[in-house]
Amino acid sequence: MVRMTGSQILLECLQREGATTIFGYPGGVVLPLYDTLPQFPAIRHVLVRHEQGASHMADGFARASGQVGVCLATSGPGATNLVTGIATSFLDSTPVVAITGNVARTLLGKDGFQEADITGITQPITKHNYLVMRAENIAMTVREAFHIARTGRPGPVHIDIPKDVFQEEAEFIWPEQINLRGYRPTTRGHAGMIRRAAEAINRAERPIIISGHGIIWGEATEELVELAEKAQIPVITTFLGIGGFPETNPLSYGFLGMHGMYHANMAADEADVVIGIGMRFDDRAMGRFNDFNPDATIVHIDIDPAEIGKNLPTAIPVVGDVKHVLPELAARLEPRARASWLGWIDGVREEHPSIEIRETRRLIPQEIIRTLYEETEGQATLVTGVGQHQMWAGQHYFYDSPRKLISSGGLGTMGFELPAAIGAQLGAPGAEIWAICGDGGFQMTMQELAVCVDERLPVKLAIMNNGYLGMVRQWQELFYDENFVSVAVTQPDFCKLAEAYGIRALRVETKAEVLPAIREARACAEPILIDFHVDQDENVWPMVPAGAALSETIEMPEKELAR
Amino acid sequence: MTRNGTRPGHHTVVAIVEDKPGVLQRVAGLFRRRGFNIESLVVGHSEFEGLSRMTIIVDGASAPVEQVEKQLYKLVDVIKVSDLTNEDAITRELALLKVRCNNVNRHELLDIAGVFRADVVDMATNSLTLQVVGDEDKIDGLVKMCAPYGIRELSRTGTIAMTRGQKTTTVHEAEPEAIARVHQSQGRRVETKELPFSSD
Repeated sequence: MVRMTGSQILLECLQREGATTIFGYPGGVVLPLYDTLPQFPAIRHVLVRHEQGASHMADGFARASGQVGVCLATSGPGATNLVTGIATSFLDSTPVVAITGNVARTLLGKDGFQEADITGITQPITKHNYLVMRAENIAMTVREAFHIARTGRPGPVHIDIPKDVFQEEAEFIWPEQINLRGYRPTTRGHAGMIRRAAEAINRAERPIIISGHGIIWGEATEELVELAEKAQIPVITTFLGIGGFPETNPLSYGFLGMHGMYHANMAADEADVVIGIGMRFDDRAMGRFNDFNPDATIVHIDIDPAEIGKNLPTAIPVVGDVKHVLPELAARLEPRARASWLGWIDGVREEHPSIEIRETRRLIPQEIIRTLYEETEGQATLVTGVGQHQMWAGQHYFYDSPRKLISSGGLGTMGFELPAAIGAQLGAPGAEIWAICGDGGFQMTMQELAVCVDERLPVKLAIMNNGYLGMVRQWQELFYDENFVSVAVTQPDFCKLAEAYGIRALRVETKAEVLPAIREARACAEPILIDFHVDQDENVWPMVPAGAALSETIEMPEKELAR
Repeated sequence: MTRNGTRPGHHTVVAIVEDKPGVLQRVAGLFRRRGFNIESLVVGHSEFEGLSRMTIIVDGASAPVEQVEKQLYKLVDVIKVSDLTNEDAITRELALLKVRCNNVNRHELLDIAGVFRADVVDMATNSLTLQVVGDEDKIDGLVKMCAPYGIRELSRTGTIAMTRGQKTTTVHEAEPEAIARVHQSQGRRVETKELPFSSD
């Protein structure tokens, strides 16, 4: 038996769990832990500039690598600053372990300096959380936390440790087994339900698959492709599901939802059997629930039983891991040609093109994204913020494999892009990472530019700078009678700002400059920023207005087409 | 009214949970966040050391009980959830009532107490305290009868429930021992009383 301090046990356990990159920020109560850090040279600590950045970086790291991301903060304000990032992970089901220090045990509950009831705060936004009151419990807690974060429906787990527990000595015992009697995710689908699902699909004339983030986290792309091709079922994805089914596959029909493809929304509305796989029938994807394709039989395959029937009545639920369920379902499907159904969707797509780049002299973001796609041949990873640029990044770049689009879907967290791109670059060191930024969101987390420099990360930052909080402006234009309030944002000269950090920067104001700038960025082995001064008036189309049904999708109006 | 005393529209849900700090907050927080209305919630020890038993009466109009069960199951500290609404079950609540009285009407109150099989647990010159056990309706009945005399204080425990006959809502009886053994093998401090348990 080895006696170790709580700090040593924690770092030893993180190392054994494979967490060799930690995004963190020191402070009073975590000083014992930072004091111990040099004893573990295999662990790389990335010093962030704001704890929110740490939680987004851990998230981006997880999404790019498929591994658990780890972030660390001190008590009180350090801990509360992590909250937005933890909530982002929770809504998008990504595996993150967030560690915070707290005041010493004797001071807990006494409102001491920098005390916050952080486990009380994170409880509704974590998959599980812990307050560790003894050093001897740290090892089991870390084991359980990683297990809970990465298995079943992934999610963030938070561990809070009082300062004196870091200092307390205990025997170090690595727990070989975990026994969580209240946590046993169902992975094998119910055979009877799979049979019923297969029968419904075999009978269907117009089946459609809506695949989600679960395909990416379940690593079931191959299984999904096999199933779809065998039964000739068209596949549309949710926004977070983009890349889970190769968009280059002929059966791929893009993504659905508020700013999804017109034909994808119509197909979901026209289908006789809707097969949701690894997704949760979210309102942004499905439009008004009551009017979502009332005649369709809904088959729902997901690992989280609580998602079944939560938003839409489900006829055939299959609870299980898509990796196991899809091959079993595919084996029961009859090979069928569905030429007329596919032809129907093709016809809608031809008649109502959603992602054509129109001829215009203006510098429009859609064209920048498309140029980036062509230039990178679809092999880059795009990390976006939230808003118009996010939707254009989803629409105009085509993703042929998972983990190439990293975006805050569920929580819609502006400012996610820069820190998440840093995390993604560390999680996938060989990848070409492009942070597609909004000029609004970028200003929320731009202090993390320093981290790109510290860590010498070749992250490419592309700001779609239109001087507006574009999506808000679009809503004010369309639904608030052009009453523009607090949407024009002033901003620093982003190029000078980057240069102040020692980051190379390019300003692009005309179409002719786009391609050379992208090429220069691609050739750059260091961080580089491109400030694209884009048209101010572009709106994202198609659009399902808030509270409308998918069948009410609106396309780009004539006057905007002509602009 | 179902045969177990659960009121129409209400659901009786029993959850076996880890006896750990914060579990009550997790359950209460879940109900608040999801908008499930709690009519009553009772927590206490179960037959196993380390496990608590919660009995929750949920207003079914606020949420489909299936969602309530599934969301409860998502909490790592919740081990088993059972819906007893349509089960043959015993539901009981205990209440203490301090009722105003005087020399003239005291005997009337004692008669009422007798009908409801309530015990007189304390008496003073101008009040008496009744203890009654029963389902919600029985207690409501006694409260209604005492109201005209003046109820000075009323305290109700909330409902607990248990299935009748052989059937139980407990976790598998071999489990706690096996789990305690695992904990012990991992060097966790295990209280001896946590280990075996006598079967009845």
